[in-house]
Amino acid sequence: MSGNIQLLSDTLAKAKSENRAALVAYLPAGFPTVEGGIEAVKAVLAGGADIVEVGLPHSDPVLDGPVIQTADDIALRGGVKIADVLRTVREAHAATGAPVLVMTYWNPIDRYGVERFTAELAAAGGAGCILPDLPVQESALWREHAEKHGLATVFVVAPSSKDERLATITAAGTGFVYAASLMGVTGTRASVGAQARELVERTRRTTDTPVCVGLGVSNAEQAKEVAGFADGVIVGSAFVKLLLDAPDLPTGLEAVRALAGELAEGVRR
Amino acid sequence: MSSEFFIPDPEGHVPDAAGYFGDFGGKFIPEALVAAVDEVAVEYDKAKDDPSFVAELGDLLVNYTGRPSALTEVPRFAEHAGGARIFLKREDLNHTGSHKINNVLGQALLTKRMGKTRVIAETGAGQHGVATATACALFGLDCTIYMGEIDTQRQALNVARMRMLGAEVVAVKSGSRTLKDAINEAFRDWVANVDRTHYLFGTVAGPHPFPAMVRDFHRVIGVEARRQILERAGRLPDAVAACVGGGSNAIGLFHAFIPDTDVRLVGFEPAGHGVETGEHAATLTAGEPGILHGSRSYVLQDEEGQITEPYSISAGLDYPGIGPEHAYLKSTGRGEYRAVTDDAAMQALRLLSRTEGIIPAIESAHALAGALDLGRELGKDGLLIVNLSGRGDKDMDTAARYFGLYDGAAEGESK
Repeated sequence: MSGNIQLLSDTLAKAKSENRAALVAYLPAGFPTVEGGIEAVKAVLAGGADIVEVGLPHSDPVLDGPVIQTADDIALRGGVKIADVLRTVREAHAATGAPVLVMTYWNPIDRYGVERFTAELAAAGGAGCILPDLPVQESALWREHAEKHGLATVFVVAPSSKDERLATITAAGTGFVYAASLMGVTGTRASVGAQARELVERTRRTTDTPVCVGLGVSNAEQAKEVAGFADGVIVGSAFVKLLLDAPDLPTGLEAVRALAGELAEGVRR
Repeated sequence: MSSEFFIPDPEGHVPDAAGYFGDFGGKFIPEALVAAVDEVAVEYDKAKDDPSFVAELGDLLVNYTGRPSALTEVPRFAEHAGGARIFLKREDLNHTGSHKINNVLGQALLTKRMGKTRVIAETGAGQHGVATATACALFGLDCTIYMGEIDTQRQALNVARMRMLGAEVVAVKSGSRTLKDAINEAFRDWVANVDRTHYLFGTVAGPHPFPAMVRDFHRVIGVEARRQILERAGRLPDAVAACVGGGSNAIGLFHAFIPDTDVRLVGFEPAGHGVETGEHAATLTAGEPGILHGSRSYVLQDEEGQITEPYSISAGLDYPGIGPEHAYLKSTGRGEYRAVTDDAAMQALRLLSRTEGIIPAIESAHALAGALDLGRELGKDGLLIVNLSGRGDKDMDTAARYFGLYDGAAEGESK
């Protein structure tokens, strides 16, 4: 069974045809529990997200700020396994028909086996993967298997990426390009700087692949601003924080659904 | 001073263009750090061939650090090792009290060349943090040190030293609250502040070029030891031994001996309460290949690639990874790696203190404990160099509790 890279591209194209940016949400699997995590992914899609990235929690999330670190820690202490992550992808996709990607660090996949992971992710209906600590020059084996199984390989570009390197990265990536809005780890920020717009412009000069902006976006106002220059707006920590702060899961799910709705309004300008 | 004090590897054993020693190494880093890590590689390549850089570092190593460090024969200690001759390479006598200063001065000079004004570093036992804080004071650089919260408690003396030197010390409360988590937090800082900040990485792990560069800066240990043992004993040793956490003092001693194929290279990892208990940090003994902190090497991990929490009485060895060049030396069989328990290390610490009047760091005591066995295996004609990578002042609270040295305490009360 082939993965849903085409569904991902179609979803981004549809948003573009509606003259808006796509809303991409991130939530870790297994948080606050495996079942609760599945419900959260469904809630964010029901609220208006177009695409979801399911986090595969890692013991050493060096690119994540305190909010996602805490969620990963809760998920791992709860015993989340890769099988649970794949089930989250399968159930979220089956229930909504939306494209679902996995975002994680390289060691869990390297250890699990690249062929095994890509085959199982494709079979679960997954659309691709974002692997922020797997740079393009180390990615040949991953890309070979991802392509074989119809999965997108989404690379991250950063404000520090030089133009020639942007060209190398976007030539190797598929699905969309993840443009980091700022130099830093995940987490909400008061403002999303001008660096993001400049990076999107530089990236666009190298590729026709959609460019989505992540890191720091947490509210409708920021989503609107980013949607003015990007093909997609990625929001993670703001959703995770709602679940962390909620007194119980139903309240948290409702808050996630409501924020997704506000952000979906934002990306429609 | 002469460039003999800083000699990049003349004999090969250079990583390939992608930063690999065999199957180990590479650069598994976020895109945001690619430009900065590349800049370090380019600047280091230029610096090591620049006579003014080599001269300035050589001068510091002699007139600031106090190199060459002594090679001390320890006959009363060796009586407990089957009578083999044992020499200690006295990195504990360097300024700041350990080998760490060798690498720190090199990278601090590099920081200045790159025009950066701020340095961050991780530390476990605090020795790398103290050395880094020292170099930052010397060169007028801003300094932030990340240290696991557990380590700030068991190495409180070094926390005070770093603060005295003007560094900010951040106690890291995430994960296992030890060295691994301090490195995670330092990487997060670097990603956010890379424009003006150099990450002065303290061991021979991390992304290329750090494993090769840090090794080059420590290579002076083995270069000196090789010359000294030829002068003193008239021949090369049968083995050179060192403790291995990330592996910097070990590779520093081993490297000059790699072409001497009759000299065994033996690294001693922390077995903690025993490898069989699961409470250890014996990465090469019990780990599997994987990626941690920017390179492929051996790591302690579970079946799904989650890094497992290490344990050692020694904060400096309490790390679930290992430098990729050690993984390569293991894979080729050139290096031998064994594990030493907390208890064996602590007994060796006390034995060296009472037979030779030298109090070693708990890290270095792992190599001493291993050397007792190695000496017996080599027999009376054996000749052995052990790297005494640091002094034990920082460990006196741990040792006093372990041995019941405080008034009213009984031996082993902390066990």
